[in-house]
Amino acid sequence: MELASTLYQSPYYEVAICATRCPLNLAETASLAEYMRETLEAHDLPRHFQARVRGPVLSHHRFKVAVAGCGVAAEYGYANAGIVYNDLKDRPTRYSGRGGLGSVMASRGLKFVVVDPLGAPGAAIADRSRFEQGRKKLEEALLEHAITKPKGGLNTYGTAILINILNEAGGLPTRNFSSGRFEGAARTAGEAIFEGNKQRLGRELYNHACSPGCIIQCSNTWHRPDGSEHVSCVEYESTWALGANCAIDSLDDIAELIRLCNAYGLDTIETGGTLGVAMEAGVIPFGDGAAAIRLVQEMGQGTPLGRLLGSGTESVGRAYGVTRVPTVKGQSMPAYEPRAVKGIGITYATSTMGADHTAGYTIAPEILGVSGKLDPLSPEGKAALSRAFQATTAFIDSTGHCLFIAFAILDIASGFEGMVEECNGVLGTNWTNDDVVRIGAEILKKERAFNEAAGIGKEKDRVPEFMKYEPLPPHDQVFDVPDVALDSVYAEL
Amino acid sequence: MRVRVRLFAMLRHYLPDVPLGGYAEKDLPEGGTVSDLLATLGVPETEARVVFVNGRARPPDWRLQPGDEVGIFPPIGGG
Repeated sequence: MELASTLYQSPYYEVAICATRCPLNLAETASLAEYMRETLEAHDLPRHFQARVRGPVLSHHRFKVAVAGCGVAAEYGYANAGIVYNDLKDRPTRYSGRGGLGSVMASRGLKFVVVDPLGAPGAAIADRSRFEQGRKKLEEALLEHAITKPKGGLNTYGTAILINILNEAGGLPTRNFSSGRFEGAARTAGEAIFEGNKQRLGRELYNHACSPGCIIQCSNTWHRPDGSEHVSCVEYESTWALGANCAIDSLDDIAELIRLCNAYGLDTIETGGTLGVAMEAGVIPFGDGAAAIRLVQEMGQGTPLGRLLGSGTESVGRAYGVTRVPTVKGQSMPAYEPRAVKGIGITYATSTMGADHTAGYTIAPEILGVSGKLDPLSPEGKAALSRAFQATTAFIDSTGHCLFIAFAILDIASGFEGMVEECNGVLGTNWTNDDVVRIGAEILKKERAFNEAAGIGKEKDRVPEFMKYEPLPPHDQVFDVPDVALDSVYAEL
Repeated sequence: MRVRVRLFAMLRHYLPDVPLGGYAEKDLPEGGTVSDLLATLGVPETEARVVFVNGRARPPDWRLQPGDEVGIFPPIGGG
C-alpha cells in the first residue's frame, strides 16, 4: 500500500484524439477532458485501475489528460495537417507539424490512445550509475552553454532569436523565396518578442518548458496590448513562415495566424509556404496580414479556396501556375535559403521526409559558429557535412532527447560523452563517440530503403529548378551544388 | 572612417539607446579592424561569436572600410 501511494498518485493518461466525426475542437480542451472522462467510464477503465491499486491512492485518482490530436485540418484531409499535443498548461500548441501526419491519423479514424502507466515497469536501465554519470555530464553542458543555459539565448529570446542572424547573413527567405533579406525582420524577431512582452506586461518574461523536466525551456508566449496571452508558441519557423515569407512584419498578425493554425491543426511552416505562393499568384498582396488571416480562416472553414490552400504549397503552385515553388518531395522548405546556405540546401534535397532543416542542421557551423565556422555560400565539402549532421541527428533523435541539446554538446565535448554514456547506461552497451555516426547511418539507410521501396529515389533529391538559375539577393547566389554531390550524401553513407 | 553597427540578443545592452533594428554609427581610424570596433563598443571578443561585415562572417583581424555595415552576435541557436 505504501508503494502504491508513493508511485501511483495521480495517474497520467496519454491520450490521442482526432476530430474526424468527432464534435470536439481541440482548441477547447475542457470539453475534451470531460469527454475523456465519460469515455473512460463507459469502458469501465476506472474500475480496471481501481482493481489494481488498493488503499488511499483511490482517492487520488484524477484524469490528468495529455492530448495528442488533430483538428479540422485533418478532418478535411489536408496535406498540411499536423498532430498537436497539449503543453504543460493544457495549451494545444506543441506539434508533430510536418508531413501531413494529422491526416494520416484522421484517415484511420483514430480517436485517442490511453496509455496505462499502472503496473508498468518503466524503462529498464542496465547500469544506473553509468546512466546517472552521463546524465550529469549532459546536464552540466546544458546549464553551462550560452545558448541552452537558464536566461541564455533560447530561454530569453526563444528560437525566434534566429531571425536577425539569418537576415544579416542574407539567408532569410523573403516574399516567397525571392530575397534573402526582409526589411521588417527585426520587428518579427525574438528580441522584439521579448521587448514587446516586457512593454505590455511591465516585466521581463522568460520562456517555459514544452515538456516536463526540460532544462532549456525555449517555448515563448506573445501577449496582446492589454497584457492577455495571445498565443504560444511563436517559434522561429512560424514567425518566419507567416512573417518574412509573406512580408508581414506585425507580431500581432503573426500571433493571430499561429493561433488559427493551432486551432485548426495546421503546420505553420507549410501554411506560411502556401500563403507565400498564393501571394505570388496574386490571390492576396504580399504584406497584407488581415488578408492572410482571412485565408487561414477559410482553411478552417473548408471553403473551396480553403481546401485548395490546405492541399499545401506544391499543389497551390500547380493550381495557380507559379514556378517559384519552394518544395522538395512535396514538402515546403523551412526558414533557411538554400542559395545562401548551401549545406542546408543539401539537407533539404536529400532528407527522406522532404525539405526539412532538423534532419541535418548544418546551420550550426555555416551561420551560428557552433561546431566550427564554414562559409555558407561555398558548396565545397558540404555534402560530407550534411551527411555527418544527418547521421548524428538520427542518433540524437533516437535517444529521445530534444535536438537542441546539439548546440551544447557540439561545443562541449563532455556533454557529447554524457549523451553516449546515458545510452550505454540504459542499454548496457559500450558505444563510443565514433559509434554515434555509425548507428545514425544505419538508421538513415533504413529510412532510405523505405523511400526507395515506395518509389522515391535519388532523382527526387533535388531543389526546385528556379533556385538553379534565379540569383538570390543580396549575395546574388544560385544553388550551385552539383547533382553528383547531392547523390553522394547517400551513396557514400 | 565611419561604420554602421548593430548588436543583437544578449549584446544589445552595449548599445542601450539604439532601438530594435536600428544602427549606431561609430568612428574608427583608417584601417581599423573588427577587433578595434569591438574594443570601441566595449564588447569582449569572447562574447562576439559571429561578426558579419556586409552580410559575410569575418574574423577579428578583418580590416573595415568606410560605410561598412557590421552585425555582431553572441552565441545563439534555435531551429
